Parts: sequence; C-alpha cells; structure tokens
Amino acid sequence: MRIRVTFSKTGSLRYIGHLDLQQVWERTARRAGLPLAYTQGFHPGPKIQIAAALPLGFAGRAEVVDLWLTDNVGATHEVAQGLQSTAPPGLSILAVEEVDERAPALQTQVAAAEYEVALLEAGLGSGLEARLADLLAKPALPRERRGKAYDLRPLILSLECRDLSLRMVLSAREGATGRPEEVLAELNIPPEAARIERTRLILKDEVE
Amino acid sequence: MLSPAEIEARLERILLSVQKPGRYVGGELNSVVKDWDSVQTRLAFVFPDIYDIGVSNLGLQILYDLVNARPDSLAERAYAPWTDMEAKMREHGVPLYSLETKHALADFDIIGITLPYETLYTNALNLLDLAGIPLRAEERDERYPLVIAGGHACFNPEPMHAFIDAFVIGEGEEVIHEIINTVGRFPREHVGKSERVNVPTCSRVNVLKELAQIPGVYVPRFYDVTYFDDGTIKAVTPNIPEAPKIVMKRMVPKLPPPPTRFIVPNIEAVHNRVAIEVMRGCTRGCRFCQAGMITRPVRERSVEEIVAAAEEAIRLTGFEELALLSLSSSDYTPILDLVTAIGEKFSGRHLSVALPSLRIESVSVDLMEKLKDRRSSGFTLAPEAASEHMRRIINKFIPDEQILQTAREIYARGWTTIKLYFMIGHPSETLDDVQAIADLCKRVLAEGRRVMGGKAKLNAGVSTFIPKPHTPFQWVSVDTPEQITAKQDLLKRELRDRNIKLTWTEPKETLLEAWLSRGDRRMAEVIYAAWRNGAKFDAWQEHFRYEAWTSAFAARDLEPAFYTHRPRRVDEVFPWDHISDAVRKKYLFEDFRQSLEGEIRVDCRKNCYACGILPTFAQARREHPGNYWKCPEVKSPLSGRQPAMDSKQISVVSEQ
Repeated sequence: MRIRVTFSKTGSLRYIGHLDLQQVWERTARRAGLPLAYTQGFHPGPKIQIAAALPLGFAGRAEVVDLWLTDNVGATHEVAQGLQSTAPPGLSILAVEEVDERAPALQTQVAAAEYEVALLEAGLGSGLEARLADLLAKPALPRERRGKAYDLRPLILSLECRDLSLRMVLSAREGATGRPEEVLAELNIPPEAARIERTRLILKDEVE
Repeated sequence: MLSPAEIEARLERILLSVQKPGRYVGGELNSVVKDWDSVQTRLAFVFPDIYDIGVSNLGLQILYDLVNARPDSLAERAYAPWTDMEAKMREHGVPLYSLETKHALADFDIIGITLPYETLYTNALNLLDLAGIPLRAEERDERYPLVIAGGHACFNPEPMHAFIDAFVIGEGEEVIHEIINTVGRFPREHVGKSERVNVPTCSRVNVLKELAQIPGVYVPRFYDVTYFDDGTIKAVTPNIPEAPKIVMKRMVPKLPPPPTRFIVPNIEAVHNRVAIEVMRGCTRGCRFCQAGMITRPVRERSVEEIVAAAEEAIRLTGFEELALLSLSSSDYTPILDLVTAIGEKFSGRHLSVALPSLRIESVSVDLMEKLKDRRSSGFTLAPEAASEHMRRIINKFIPDEQILQTAREIYARGWTTIKLYFMIGHPSETLDDVQAIADLCKRVLAEGRRVMGGKAKLNAGVSTFIPKPHTPFQWVSVDTPEQITAKQDLLKRELRDRNIKLTWTEPKETLLEAWLSRGDRRMAEVIYAAWRNGAKFDAWQEHFRYEAWTSAFAARDLEPAFYTHRPRRVDEVFPWDHISDAVRKKYLFEDFRQSLEGEIRVDCRKNCYACGILPTFAQARREHPGNYWKCPEVKSPLSGRQPAMDSKQISVVSEQ
C-alpha cells in the first residue's frame, strides 16, 4: 500500500533539513505503528519519498510525502489520526490518501510551488507594487547560481504583493526550479529581512 | 537578562547563518515544556559539549524525567553551542538559553552541569560565561542560580572547586529531590525580573550550609586545604561544623524504573537510540577502571523490567536502535534470557540492538548472533593488554588462546571486522609488553584471513592509561610523552598492514586528561587561565590547544609533572581523599600491592574481598536481600548497632 500524506512543517521544524525530515518521517510512522516497507539490499531503508526539498528556515504549509507500507492499513483518516498523535511539535497532518503503488515518483510530479513572503522591515514595502511591475515587465532576468547562468524570468509564473507580504508561484520542474530568495534578490530585499513560507506544491496533474 | 521573546527574536536573525540550526531550537518529541510560572523551582541541565553529543546522555535523561515529574519543579536543557553559533550569540548579545522555553540560564534557580569526563571543564566555564553568570562561586550572590555539578569526574571535584557551588557525589536519582526540596525553601530574587530586593547577603551561604548536610553533597567552600612544602596535601578539613569530614557518595539501593520517554532529536545525533541500563556496577575489579570502582555495588534489573521498558521506549520514540548498557554485559546474570527475549520480541522490526562490553569468549558471539536483525560489520573486544605479565597486573586475565578462539568464531560467522581495544602505559609495562599487542593483533587477523582471506579486517584502538582517582593504580605515575611515543612508534611500525587500522591517543591529550583527573585545588587557576587563553572543546582534536595549557601552568607557577610523572608515597593524602566511593583506600592499596606481585582477584561475586561497600551500605543490603545486589548478603543486624562497622566483623553469607 502506498499512502500520500499532506503535512505542514512549521515552528522549530523549520530548521530541520531534508535528510533529517526523512528520518522524522521514519520515526513518526514507526511510532504510529505503520508497517513501513523497506528497500532490499545491504543497507535496507524505509521507502519514503518527499515531494520536494524545503530549504532550511522555510516553513511549509502543505508539503507532500509518500510512504510505502507492507500491509493495507485501512481507513486513511485513522492513519492520519495515528500519525498526528505521534508527530513531533511542528508537524501537522493535513490529509492522507491512498495512491496507486505504480504511480510515478512524487519528485517527478511537482510542477510548481507557491510561496508567501513576509517582509520584516516596514521600509521594504515602499513602492513594492511598482517594483514588481518593473520586474515582471522585463523580458529576461539573467542570474547566476552556483556558477551557472540562467534566466529567472520564465520561472516566475506569478508574482503579486499586498502591504508587507509577497505571493509568488515559481516553476519547480526538474532542471527548471525558481527559488524565492533569488526573486527577493532581484527586488533588493535582503534574505534576513524576509520570512518565507511555501504554501502549496502544485503537481502536474493539477496543472494539466 | 533578555526575555524569552527577545531571545527568540534575535535567534530568528542568526539561526540561518550557522551550521545545523536544528541544534539550537528545541521542539523535540518528548521534550517537556512546562508553564514557567506554575512551578517553584526551575532547573537547567547543561551538557558542556555540543547538542549532537549531549542530547543522548542517559544520566541527564534520567534526571530530566525525575524533575519534570514533580508538580513543583521544571527541568530544561542547554548544550554548548558550536563555535560558529557562539560567535553569533556573543555578537548579538544572546545569552546561553534553554531549548524548551528560551529562558536565559541566569533565570533558573539551579544550573545542573554534568561532568562525565574531565575534558569538559573549560567548556563548563565557557558556558557560565556565555550565560552571563560570574564564573567563581564566591562571586555569585543570591541573584544568581546555584551551580551544581555531578557525574563521574566529580569523584575528584577539586580542580573545579572554585567554579561550582556544590557537587553531587555518586548517583543522582534520590539526592536530586533532596536538593530541590532544600533549595525550594529559599526563594530567590531573579536577575532582571524584579527590582533587587534587599535580601540578606548571608542567604546564599545559608542555602549552601543546608546543602552541605545532604549526604553525597560536597560544598567546597566549607573545606580548607593545607599543603606540605613539597606541594602535597597535608590535610583537608571542614571549616564549619555542619560539613562532614568525609563526603560519602550516594548509592540507590534499588534502581528506579528506567526512563522510556527519550527525547527524540530532529537532527542526526551521535546516538539515536533507546538506552536501557541493564545493571549498574561491575564485579570484575580491573585495576585501571575507575567506573568499576565508583559504581559499586552491582545491582541488576530483571529481564521483565528491561524488556517491558525497551518495548515502551521504542513505541514512544520510534528509534531504530536499542542499546543494553552496563559495564560488563556478560556478567549480567540472566544475559542469555535477556538476549533471547529481546531477540524474539524485536526481530523483523528493523531495529538494531547494541550489547557493548561483552567478555571475550565464544558465548559472546552466540549472544550477538541472536540479536542481529541486520548484521553490523564490526565486533568489539577489549583485551586491554596482550602479555600474561600485564594481564596479571591489571587484573584482566584472558589467555591468548581464548582470544584467538573467539576471534575465529567471530570471523567464521561472517563479521568482517574485529575491533580490539588495548591500553599502553600500564604500571611496569615494557616494550616487550607492547610488542605483544602487535603480535596478538597479527595473530587475530591471521584467524580472519584463514576464514575469509583478504576481506578480514582488524581495528586496533590503543589508548594510554591514566591512573585515575579511587582506583588501585592511583599511586602510580603516567608514562612520560617520550615513553608513550616510543610505544606508539613500535605499534605503528609493527602494524603496517592494509587490513589493520591502528588508532591511538595523542600523548598531549593524555597528559591534559591526567592533569585534570589528578589535580588539586590549585588546578582551578590553571583551568581558568587556560580558558582565558582560549582553551575550549578540549575533547575535540581540532580544538585542543596544548600551549593554552602549558602557558596556564607557567602563569600559575605550577609544574605539570607534579600531577603526572611522580610516584606517590604510600601515605600521601590525595586531593580526593575526603570524597569517598565507599571503597576503602586501604583496600585499594592492598589491591595495588597484589598487582605488583601479579596476583589476580577474580570476579568478586564469587568471593567478597571486603572492598568497603558492605559496611557502608549494610543497611541498604539488608533491606534488599537476595540476588538483586551481587554483594554477599549481610546477616540481620546486631541489636541496636549502627551499620558503620568494619567489614571484617560482618558475617558474610557467600553465594557460592
């Protein structure tokens, strides 16, 4: 059986990286008594797939993980309850659904991600709307990341603001992933002056 | 002091600029967050090394549970920030804070520092400094928390006497309650929380006087030390009538239920496991082993209690490893039953079980085999010495043939690596004895080659002996760096084989540990000066700065060799003689003398050697008859007599 869990990752869990989150899931599932399936081989590990790595410090309001189980554990709302009762602080279970065991890997299914950015300094909000319009009007936004040149503009699917908060949808396809802090850099907003949340992952089947 | 909200606001700005910020945020499953204002007494437990090491410390987990179970108290935790975080904290004015509620450590009533080993001393000082608390006990008045230390290193508390208000000697499970009850009677004015009320300045001294009367609590300011001209100690005498002449350790006659609600770190830690103590104490009497002396008597938990606790703890934590801890697992009486029960209960559940400290015999291989859900590649044995001469001296006698046979068995059952632990620098060791270590390693690997050819591997871990306080070897000197280097060079030369991995301890690290373990009160100034010179994280090879220490000695006009390279007079008063683990000095000396004659003392559960435990704890033994303790039973007391009699007068019923 393969289940898909939608969850939020907030509070102190914001400071937990991707690999550590994998471990958090393994232990949470074990405490909840779920029969995790393990990979074969010399170092068997539980079959757990997290849709997309969340950068350190970002909160996630609706992240997605797939877990493989050796038995059918029945009603998904009971699974959700079991997971919630043993989850560490900061991890909330939003939904559990069964998915086809042969469905493609979750990581390949992510198309885009939606972010909300709270600006921590009031001065950063002045003229923001105009700056966004300027940025979106540019045909290209050449940037460099880890020594590689790329164009940020096509990765921005939408970008809007209200007062001191920004909302953006960025492409999150393999090899075409936009990062919110790069958008902030284009807007001259220093990273320590912003708190970023990923509010939603948009899967391919939702787009098509 | 900053409020928790102010601390959190500043953390928000710095956490993403340091490595592994998950170390500094708390929020772990099973950590306990209580309402700060609902309790009377607040404790902060501190492990003076990084989170990754400290979070799995069993001793602190025990105390954390006990304190948080009290409705009138709370316990929170703090660890040493790594150097990047420390720099950020100092830059942004963030004091050391607790992970649970982000209170500054200075806001607590008691700071409990665990000192399991000596190389944490400079970190302890650094943490007090980071907490904004005066380092010296005498500079702290009632506005500041009491600083209390416990842990094995405190069996010689003197090097840290200047910085710690009170030391707990021995086991903490009972005395922690007595300390909280006592401190609770003296409410404190908190720094920064309210205007400083005119508290009578004597009240800090009054709390300490009360604490000094709790058995097992040592308050150093109530003792004076006098010295002879040669620097050795003349006498240690209490300077108030309330302080006992000898501080006797605490010992819990019946081990309380083991903790099961382990804190589950959200980031990778050194140990990610449920740890259950199967027994406390050891009856083997290896003469170099401090733990084996200071944790007597042996008390064993039942198989049922251990299995039930393991089951519950795995359910509450989801950990992937279970460790069954003791100083000598093979000596746990129902070890076979335990291993069988654990194996049956947990097999197929993707749980690995660690059973360290097994005796070198083929039975151990059977035991490990029963526990293996998935086989780890290494099997560890600790012969400690390789020649008959040395084995007799240290009282750990295992014939070569037994070691080789066990090794053969291990390789034959598919383990590819054997780890052998040895020690160099035992009393009267020669280069021949060291050569024997190299020879034995080669013979063990040859057994593996016969079974699996080039796949067989051997790791030899060779540490250097330090004559620890309260052991039969406390009279001997440490090898000089030249002697240690010569012995290590021999091993490096002899063990050049691509399938042998040799590890050793740097001689300078050994010296530091020896100075700190054997130091007297004058060492406190050396520790302080070394910390001022930048010493911290001394247990970390990349941080250890030997010059910080040698210049600290020079500045205090002390000779390091006085503490390490000097044989002791038979009647020398040691800095730790007023701290007792109930094993008598006379007994230790007798054992030392026997060692020099190559005499062996076998397992003391077979034959009581009257170390001193029974006369001290006779009453406790009577109240806990039968097999729970491994000391002989004590006959019913003579009417009206107190148990403080000489052991030779006690009637002893042998178990055998």
